[in-house]
Amino acid sequence: MNAPDLVAAGDAAPLLAIEGLTLERGRSRILDGVSLTLGRGETLALVGESGAGKSTIAFALMGLIGKSEAKIAGRMRFDEVDDLASLDERGWGRLRGRRIAMVFQDAGAALDPCYTVGGQLVSVLRRQLGLGRAKARERALELLEGVGINDAEARLSAYPHELSGGMQQRVMVAIALACNPELLLADEPTSALDVTIQAQIIRLILTEIRARGASCVFVLHDLALASQSCDKIVVLYAGQVMEAGPSRGILERPRHPYTRLLKSCVLEIGTETLDPPEGGVPSYGDMPKGCRFATRCPNALSRCLAERPALAADGDRLIACFNPEPRP
Amino acid sequence: MTEPLLGDAVPAAAPGAGSNGIAASDRPVFELLDVEKRFAVSRPAGFLKREKRSLAALDGVRLTVRRGASIALVGESGSGKSTLLRVLLGLAEPSDGKALYFGQPVNEVRAQSRDFARSVAMIYQDARASLDPRMTVTALIAEPLLHFGLCGREAVGERVAALLSRVGLPAEIAERYPAALSGGQVRRVAIARALAAEPTVLIADEAVSGLDVSTQAQLLNLLRRLKREMGLTLLFITHDLGVASYLCEEIAIMYLGRIVETGPTDAVLSAPAHPYSRALRHAAPEFFAPITDPLEGEIPSPLDLPTGCRFASRCPRVEEDCLTAEPILAPIAPGRTVACRHPLDAEDHPALPQITASAPAAGSPAGGAGVSA
Amino acid sequence: MAVGEASLDPSTVPAGKAAARAKKPRRKSLFLRRPFFSLALLVALGFVLCAVFAPFIAPYDPTAQSIEAMMAPPGPDHLLGTDSFGKDILSRIIFGARYALTIGIVAVLIGAGGGLVLGLAAGLSTGWLEWALMRLIDSILALPSLILAIAIIAILGQGVDKVILAVGISLVGPFSRTVRSDVLQVKTQLFIEAAHLMSIPRLTVIRRHILPNVFFPLLVQITVRISEAILVSSSLSFLGIGVTPPTPDWGLMIAEGRGFVSFAPWMSGMPGMALAILLVALAIVGDAVREEFDPKLKRAQ
Repeated sequence: MNAPDLVAAGDAAPLLAIEGLTLERGRSRILDGVSLTLGRGETLALVGESGAGKSTIAFALMGLIGKSEAKIAGRMRFDEVDDLASLDERGWGRLRGRRIAMVFQDAGAALDPCYTVGGQLVSVLRRQLGLGRAKARERALELLEGVGINDAEARLSAYPHELSGGMQQRVMVAIALACNPELLLADEPTSALDVTIQAQIIRLILTEIRARGASCVFVLHDLALASQSCDKIVVLYAGQVMEAGPSRGILERPRHPYTRLLKSCVLEIGTETLDPPEGGVPSYGDMPKGCRFATRCPNALSRCLAERPALAADGDRLIACFNPEPRP
Repeated sequence: MTEPLLGDAVPAAAPGAGSNGIAASDRPVFELLDVEKRFAVSRPAGFLKREKRSLAALDGVRLTVRRGASIALVGESGSGKSTLLRVLLGLAEPSDGKALYFGQPVNEVRAQSRDFARSVAMIYQDARASLDPRMTVTALIAEPLLHFGLCGREAVGERVAALLSRVGLPAEIAERYPAALSGGQVRRVAIARALAAEPTVLIADEAVSGLDVSTQAQLLNLLRRLKREMGLTLLFITHDLGVASYLCEEIAIMYLGRIVETGPTDAVLSAPAHPYSRALRHAAPEFFAPITDPLEGEIPSPLDLPTGCRFASRCPRVEEDCLTAEPILAPIAPGRTVACRHPLDAEDHPALPQITASAPAAGSPAGGAGVSA
Repeated sequence: MAVGEASLDPSTVPAGKAAARAKKPRRKSLFLRRPFFSLALLVALGFVLCAVFAPFIAPYDPTAQSIEAMMAPPGPDHLLGTDSFGKDILSRIIFGARYALTIGIVAVLIGAGGGLVLGLAAGLSTGWLEWALMRLIDSILALPSLILAIAIIAILGQGVDKVILAVGISLVGPFSRTVRSDVLQVKTQLFIEAAHLMSIPRLTVIRRHILPNVFFPLLVQITVRISEAILVSSSLSFLGIGVTPPTPDWGLMIAEGRGFVSFAPWMSGMPGMALAILLVALAIVGDAVREEFDPKLKRAQ
């Protein structure tokens, strides 16, 4: 499948292009033909409910899914690397942490509790950039200050558990940004944090990647947050892309029935009524052959269950639906 | 709203004034009078030395829950919401002040009879952990039914089936174990179990957090419908202002062990008076709005409380007198109170959309009848 | 046995999946999923049958001596040979299964019963009582079960009943420790607080919520520890302080054959092999039961 690049059309080749990514774990097809593109300096949000495969995509992009764990088909092109899935550990060593970095959901669990914050940061800098001890320490200090940690000097010798959740996440961002990656993957970076801290962290990530001209893939479950932080949005349901394109267009006027329903479930202050789709995501054994949302879709046609709609360009976006909402 | 339902700053009627005067039914369901809850903690003070300190999780909390009210208790982690809940339920005794249930101390009422346990039901955030993993759904729901003598053994099956359908669960789920249910189903079972005792008060601790939006929406609709159908008094603890505004007519915002603002939810959220309430309001994600300047810094440790207003260290409007003495919760408008020396007024909120008065809409069509495979 | 029930218990089937696959072929049965378990279970059941029907299966009287067939090697008359008194080893092994299994099972039940009482008491009590009970458990645990059993035998004297009692008491320590840690773990669960909130009386909470959650892990412990009890009792007999001759006890048989190992290895070898096979089979059964029962392992699926 050829996924047209919607935002950076005509520009140079996108930084990241995923085509028909399919991932099977045992008999469960967790990702089913996912395609997306991301230009340089763009931010993209993967949204959807649990089981949609958002985090799986991020982990695949980070090379964290072993060949023994799951069967991966399709292509993930990153800059000059033709397919990330075909890289060996040595190839990944040159990419992971240097050109592609990740901020995890639970910073408290991702940081090593046995080493100080400074120690972890310095070791990343020394290993990845080959800096000397003193130089690395100096850079570590700069990075911590850069992510808004006051009294960075003292924090260098603190252990992760001595920091609050927000501070831990800031340290994670500092570590991820240490090598100026071209692509930052942020997997629900704020879902474990309080809202006031969430705003701090999202702003921090956006400022830092903009300053570096880097691209960012956010994994989010909050549509409103996605609209605030990302240029592009990819709506996933049970491992299939439902709708993709500019976040403003899609969230202001969702055309895929799933996007529409997902948006109608978002609770804003002053929301009067909610109209959620009934039921839940079917288990992998019960997935329809066609569109996986067909079992809950209010617009479903008889062919939807049997036949998979292709992800096709339609106006400003890509939609995979036989019966989308009409174009405005 | 005609009557200030909540947090009236009028010094509470002399505690223990007894039954003369007001009829019991006019009494507030719950009343917290200057409740304080301190914990003794020890922390390292040099090599192998520890110092004992007292940590105030709740500090001078005053809250009134009237019959039929629906109150959202909002705050971030460390605000003391959970401690407040434990005090209300009689699981923790206040170090100072009084926690009253219809005018009687909660601890006494709990010890005296089962009425309190029956009338006040609780839904936990971690619904799965609140259900015995070795009991089937039927056994779980039957437990309160039989314990409170609401029906005989022979009628249990019927009652359980009715409760399951009430919370939108299919009947075939009855013989399953919690481990075999999805997250949304487990929450529904917990709700069914809470409702089995036919309570008048429902207390929910983050009952819809950590779920997918569609599941969350289904549950919110369910809770809204149940509140209406059963005339429940609802106390909903949440960190999500959207949830608060959807379910509750009133709101109480907590910060670091104190209630900083109370009032009708719509009024408070469309024109917050306390700078912290405004910060919370702005931090909530909103479609296409630029991410606003977030609140700086983090919640201070309750062990090192600043003198004066405890929000002063993060407050964008801090003035000198804020640092000297702690502001008390005082009325600023009918039904509204705020603990701030320099509260915000209407002109300070040009950016916030006014929320139209929302009489909770007459149920939504979906009504949470969803059934998941 | 608990195993049969385990597979019927709906909680062992991840029912989310089970329900989803209602129309699909049923999940493979326990026996097909675990071929080793099935084999081990068959072997263990074989020993049980031998024990129950020993008089009908055994070709000879296990205590009958025969001067003609002293130390006969395995052959058509005596399948596993005879010992220095001409007693048929096969018959002795078959009758020995009675002693091994009876001692193992009864001793474990004594140990589990004592452990349950002591562990529950230690887990549910507070203050000085908890402290005292814990020190008691610690002091039992300070000695390995074999040493403790020897000490008890020294006090009680020899004999099958004394061995059972000694081995049982020696197992109280380990059982009570696991029961106590399970109780402590269950006690802090939210569903216990929920029951408390409902004003359910303390004793009812213990009976209805704590006991079942402690009992199932205990059941697993029981299957795992039967082999330990058999081993300890055989060791006692081997040391000559357990069951007295001419009882056809495996440990005793191994000890009797010790002097003749160089020219009649079957005398010790055959009962040794029987012991080894039974212990391995029980270990596999115990492991399978644990994996099927353990809610933590289940959730990981």
